[in-house]
Amino acid sequence: MTMEARDADCSEALLAQVCAALATNTPVQIQGGNTKSFYGRVSAGTLLDTRRHRGIVSYDPTELVVTARAGTPLAELEAVLEQAGQMLAFEPPHFGAGATVGGMVAAGLSGPRRPWVGAVRDFVLGCRLITGNGKHLRFGGEVMKNVAGYDVSRLMAGSLGCLGLLTEISFKVLPKPRSSLTLRLDMDANTALLRFADWGQQPLPITAACHDGEALMLRLEGGEGSVKAARESLGGEEASPAFWTALREQQLSFFTDSAPLWRVSVANDSRPALPDGTQLIDWGGALRWLKTHADAAAVRGAAVAAGGHASCLTPGACDSPLHPLPEVLMRYHRQLKAQLDPQGIFNPGRMYAGL
Amino acid sequence: MNILYDEEIDGALSKVDRADLFAELRQAVPDLLILHREEDLHPYECDGLAAYRTMPLLAVLPERVEQVEAILRICHARRVPVVARGAGTGLSGGALPLAQGVLLVMARFNRILELNPKGRFARVQPGVRNLAISQAAAPYELYYAPDPSSQIACSIGGNVAENAGGVHCLKYGLTVHNVIKIEVLTMEGERLTLGADALDAPGFDLLALFTGSEGMLGIVTEVTVKLLPKPRVARVLMASFDSVDNAGKAVADIIGAGIIPGGLEMMDKLAIQAAEDFIHAGYPVDAEAILLCELDGVELDVAEDIERVRAVLDKAGATAVSLARDEAERVRFWAGRKNAFPAVGRMSPDYYCMDGTIPRRHLPKVLRGTAELSEQYGLRVANVFHAGDGNMHPLILFDANRPGELEKAEELGGKILELCVAVGGTITGEHGVGREKINQMCVQFNVDEIGFFHAVKAALDEHGLLNPGKNIPTLRRCAENGAMRVHQGELPFPELERF
Repeated sequence: MTMEARDADCSEALLAQVCAALATNTPVQIQGGNTKSFYGRVSAGTLLDTRRHRGIVSYDPTELVVTARAGTPLAELEAVLEQAGQMLAFEPPHFGAGATVGGMVAAGLSGPRRPWVGAVRDFVLGCRLITGNGKHLRFGGEVMKNVAGYDVSRLMAGSLGCLGLLTEISFKVLPKPRSSLTLRLDMDANTALLRFADWGQQPLPITAACHDGEALMLRLEGGEGSVKAARESLGGEEASPAFWTALREQQLSFFTDSAPLWRVSVANDSRPALPDGTQLIDWGGALRWLKTHADAAAVRGAAVAAGGHASCLTPGACDSPLHPLPEVLMRYHRQLKAQLDPQGIFNPGRMYAGL
Repeated sequence: MNILYDEEIDGALSKVDRADLFAELRQAVPDLLILHREEDLHPYECDGLAAYRTMPLLAVLPERVEQVEAILRICHARRVPVVARGAGTGLSGGALPLAQGVLLVMARFNRILELNPKGRFARVQPGVRNLAISQAAAPYELYYAPDPSSQIACSIGGNVAENAGGVHCLKYGLTVHNVIKIEVLTMEGERLTLGADALDAPGFDLLALFTGSEGMLGIVTEVTVKLLPKPRVARVLMASFDSVDNAGKAVADIIGAGIIPGGLEMMDKLAIQAAEDFIHAGYPVDAEAILLCELDGVELDVAEDIERVRAVLDKAGATAVSLARDEAERVRFWAGRKNAFPAVGRMSPDYYCMDGTIPRRHLPKVLRGTAELSEQYGLRVANVFHAGDGNMHPLILFDANRPGELEKAEELGGKILELCVAVGGTITGEHGVGREKINQMCVQFNVDEIGFFHAVKAALDEHGLLNPGKNIPTLRRCAENGAMRVHQGELPFPELERF
């Protein structure tokens, strides 16, 4: 019960901090475990630490819904789900032991299972939010289907804290698959891409597919029967499932190269003409990790031509680490920011300069 | 309170001269089909919520994006409200016209632009019917997952506007989970691409914000949807119960056992009887409740899951469990459920369909509360329920020809929705707020939350010209309709815990 002893509802204190920031017109820099500071731009402001506001507010495994305070350690939430045989199906990266639930949602990053089950935003059902008007509000809820009002909760996923301070989030959770198997198949990247397109049209129990430059790594998950049948038809050798955690947390040797790291998200059947560098293919072809010294314009041009975008995850390597928006879209972003955070106090500039 | 647009409560609209507007549109877009005669406008005066009708000022039926752009620019400049409409099958009055507004009918945008089996996506115009996408994808053994009951007629643009669901949502998600990109026009006539051909896009998730926004933030001009491989097999189990509580418990136990059925539906006695009389699906008419549990996927997994679910159902006290022997019987089991609305329609001159969603554990409580309200109002209520995801569709039986009975049915419906909110649920799971549930929004959200919604709207549509009066009530409306009693300390259903 030591875990629960640390649980506390500190939303009043967080609200007071935001109200003070509004009163003095001082921006705040929202921070949980400070594990994803490399993502996006550096924003100035008074530190607003969410970590005291922690704990699981409600969890009923038969409802497939869990609600947690923003400062709850992600590892703690995952451990509670694990005990009930459930999981956050989108496999969010932690990037450090201190990662919090709020930071995970604000960053909006999903792991290797994403193409098959969905992203963070697909599993967010509701949230509580401290707004730029100094109000603590509730949107969405703890039910799977909810179309009352605008979908504010999903809008918050991936917003990098620029639209308000998340204090509580409800997620849809899923049972862990009964059976899981990791395979390694010797083939080059081009062959792997052809296979991805082929397998994607069949009801195979694939839940992760990565080519690490040397071999194709596949994860099969589902009932015992389907996993066994797929394993027999696909061939290859069994490998350790630890590969997927290492991939998700960027701990594979690929990521140790000193060149800047780019996250290139593209259409799953595209063949992006990326500049020279080393490449790791994730998400069955839809996500390319690229280590390159090429300039941003070259990487981004190739990403756009392949139906996607590119973000630089190495701090300092690029002025606008997140892919710039077309001007009209950027204007609507500024208008949304101005409406929801009229004094511009939440993480100003974290996503884009002037936002 | 009448739900037709009331300028006193819902906000003033600019006075527009029909002839002037007609002339300007005609001149700017010479080949645009514009309806202005009363007999031509009649078919457009309501959507699927047919109890409420308003004749639009004009109806325009463009067929090219440039035409829509021109229409929006003109309406923006003249401050004329624009109400978008797809197939008009919506059940909440989301496409109910305004007497002072233009009805923008997108039905002629009905082409499938691209179907890519390798990329597993389809790029379509907004007027394409939901089912037509799956039909076009069928030769590749692919399909589009969301399947609202109206899928034969409803259009994908409307599905995006309403975030439409269906009977397979628990496993396969809603529209928001199955659309990867949309092209939209803002009220100012500017083009935006939201989402991407890739699995994510930079910036705020405006694709999620637009999905389910009921035509309040922009006009959808193109939709790219995800296609999934068809499950190899689908089998359905039907279980009978002698109490609704036991059926509810069985649902929780199935999910607790780690099984996510493709579909999981419950019907109560009145709905069972109605469906059986109509369809002869082979339902047990003496049961208090039945569950339909569909398991789909790869043969081996489905076979295993059938045995697991059967064991769970027996343990939960099912009085009978039967597995559809073949595809014909499976289709028949589903036909009863899918035709539950018209079946109930045969028992009563009129019926009113609700759409509240609740955390499933409160099902017995909400059904008991509904039964009490039904008795109190003297109107029968049949219950069909997307049990897997907690989405209830109580059907209130009434006769609109009896004076006052429609109002009574609406009041009863409102009470049922308040009960859903009181147990931590929502007033609408998949039908949308539209005009129908505009007053109940004031029960689910407080003044500041409604204010936040207005701020979102203002960022995209500064002058409030897109579908005014829908989805988000004015604060004036909330103050006037008395729903504010919640904030005066007199909570409805005081015995229930609050969330």
